[in-house]
Amino acid sequence: MNEITLISVISLGSLGAIAAVVLYMVAQKFKVIEDPRIDVVSDLLPGANCGGCGYAGCRALAEEIVKKESMDGMNCPPGGNEAMKEIASALGLETTEQDPTIAVVRCSGSKEHAPPKVQYEGAMTCAFSHSLFAGEGGCPHGCLGCGDCVESCDFDAIYMDETTGLPIVKDNCVSCGACVTACPRNIIEIRKRGKKDRRIFVSCINQEKGGIARKNCKVACIGCGKCVKECKFDAIVFENNLAYIDYNKCTLCRKCPPVCPTNAIHELNFPPKKNRPAAKTETTNA
Amino acid sequence: MKTFKLGGVHPPENKISKQAAIQELPVPETVSIPISQHLGVPANPVVKKGDTVKTGQLIAKGEAFISANIHASVSGTVQKVDNVPDTSGYRRKAIIIKTEGDQWEEGIDQSKDLIKECGLSAEEIVKKINEKGIVGMGGATFPSHVKLMVPQGGKAEYLIINGVECEPYLTSDHRLMLEKAEEILTGIRIQMKALHVEKAIIGIENNKPDAIAHIRKLLPDYPGVSVQPLEVKYPQGAEKQLIKALINREVPSGKLPIEVGCVVHNVGTAYAVYEAVQKNKPLIERVVTITGKSLKQPSNFLTRIGTPVSTLIEAAGGMPEDTGKVVNGGPMMGKALSNLESPVTKGTSGVLLFSKQESHRKVVHNCIRCSRCTGICPMGLEPYLLALLADHHRYEDCEDNHIMDCMECGSCLYICPSGRPLLDHIRNGKAETGKMIRSRSQ
Repeated sequence: MNEITLISVISLGSLGAIAAVVLYMVAQKFKVIEDPRIDVVSDLLPGANCGGCGYAGCRALAEEIVKKESMDGMNCPPGGNEAMKEIASALGLETTEQDPTIAVVRCSGSKEHAPPKVQYEGAMTCAFSHSLFAGEGGCPHGCLGCGDCVESCDFDAIYMDETTGLPIVKDNCVSCGACVTACPRNIIEIRKRGKKDRRIFVSCINQEKGGIARKNCKVACIGCGKCVKECKFDAIVFENNLAYIDYNKCTLCRKCPPVCPTNAIHELNFPPKKNRPAAKTETTNA
Repeated sequence: MKTFKLGGVHPPENKISKQAAIQELPVPETVSIPISQHLGVPANPVVKKGDTVKTGQLIAKGEAFISANIHASVSGTVQKVDNVPDTSGYRRKAIIIKTEGDQWEEGIDQSKDLIKECGLSAEEIVKKINEKGIVGMGGATFPSHVKLMVPQGGKAEYLIINGVECEPYLTSDHRLMLEKAEEILTGIRIQMKALHVEKAIIGIENNKPDAIAHIRKLLPDYPGVSVQPLEVKYPQGAEKQLIKALINREVPSGKLPIEVGCVVHNVGTAYAVYEAVQKNKPLIERVVTITGKSLKQPSNFLTRIGTPVSTLIEAAGGMPEDTGKVVNGGPMMGKALSNLESPVTKGTSGVLLFSKQESHRKVVHNCIRCSRCTGICPMGLEPYLLALLADHHRYEDCEDNHIMDCMECGSCLYICPSGRPLLDHIRNGKAETGKMIRSRSQ
């Protein structure tokens, strides 16, 4: 009995020892030398793997930062400037501060403003209904309302408003850009968040002539150009019957929203104006 | 009785308008002729606002290899060449002509006399078909002259003529075979000459016994042409299924029928070829079935291209009050119209009116894994899987599962007991997979 135990202990033990030696040698031979800084950077990133930086995931961004030893043009939207600063100080690099951004839905063609003329019953994906027809409201540029953007969001930062049928971006948006790619009509844009989250933008991307645009939607940009004349900072570009506010030049002076005849220019998170109460927007919207 | 083996469905036929003889629809007041009515590159307009045109005059030239000429279907003044909403609601370029009288271009034979003899050579025939803007009239609108030019290394043995009309409701080909049989047969002989083939088979489903008998009676005058009755099954009118049913050859995945020595044309195309070659008449009108259960007079109209759909509905007794949906084409592959002013194009074989009750889709439930869609798919695909993969944006897997072989016949959507929008997802997947494949080759 004792002998059997002894033999098995010795044989298994020596087998184990041989295996250990082989494994050690193999591990030495095929050793992957990885820069330890990659792990450091990787730990400092939020780990959301959203792809907002333009790389395949957080690890890929970390590898790129360490490989290039510079952080030019690299930005982590969910981590923001804080994460980038921490990485910069950990690696001894320099980073430029980026303005915080947010996704903005540039369409207000709700069921009220662009009444449905036809009814869509097919598969509820924007990609398909975009390939099929112009949309229930008839605007070939407007929101289709099937919610591809909501589905694409990893952060639960966008939802469909039941009454208007339009998506609404919540404040926790990290501007990763997933919804921008998901939208087949390029309605969603990443814009500067602005001071105190204040933003002014043209909430329409319709490039048709005014009359045609207005026929389908009451709040479409009709390309009248009034806002362009009103703007003293050359922030509004006018192209293809459509006004576009450049967020880098816009000073948030709030001169353009009141002159827009269709209320296509939206202002967000501003306090109500003292001399002109909010009644104006209500009456024209109704 | 011959038919294809794999899959297929039997939707109710509902050929309400089969007794209605082809009537000529009066020339409409204005026509809107889109410059892209065919597969391939859109034609280039050669007229401008204010020009006077005659019926049959060339107004847009198809300059690319796969493209087709477009001719004025009425005489009058060009009102504008502009973007107008098409069937889908998107704005696409069209030529709008205001009708003044009905003056035809010189050289077009408007008489109804039958001309059997054709003295032209094969090249001249193809050239003429190209000039006159003939496209496949079955609905796919592929330019016909391209099909009649056999690529190098290929050899055509059979000309297959599609008189199946497997779509429920539609009767335009049926009526054409009854009323213009000799013209169609002459057209077939012309196409046979162009292709240098000795044999032509006309495939007709046996729910049209009158058409089969009528054409059979005329056959002795047309050597090489034969008629083959087929069992009724949808989608027998699809090119690959028809070849399988008639001569039991299988077209390989991703290949054209010429690979197995066949060229397939529709009976409507044969008629158009006859008119183009023998009468010098471009493709400016076609037979359109207007039908629906609550429509007063389901009819078959010889309609000028560019006529608004609303005019057709008026001519058929007006829009019934309970109409819920108007479909361009048949119930299986047709597309619902979002705009009744959209014009009849070269590919419009029918306009179908559904009542409110019929027009809605089934309520969508979960997939119950009954595998009926797999059983009936005529291409042997797995529609439930393709739909799922496409919905999850897994386009590479879609490609591996041969999504590009889907011909969008809609059988899976028809059979699904859970009412799942299988075809919608597959169409979307096909578009995306196609994009992926094209970007790879660039």
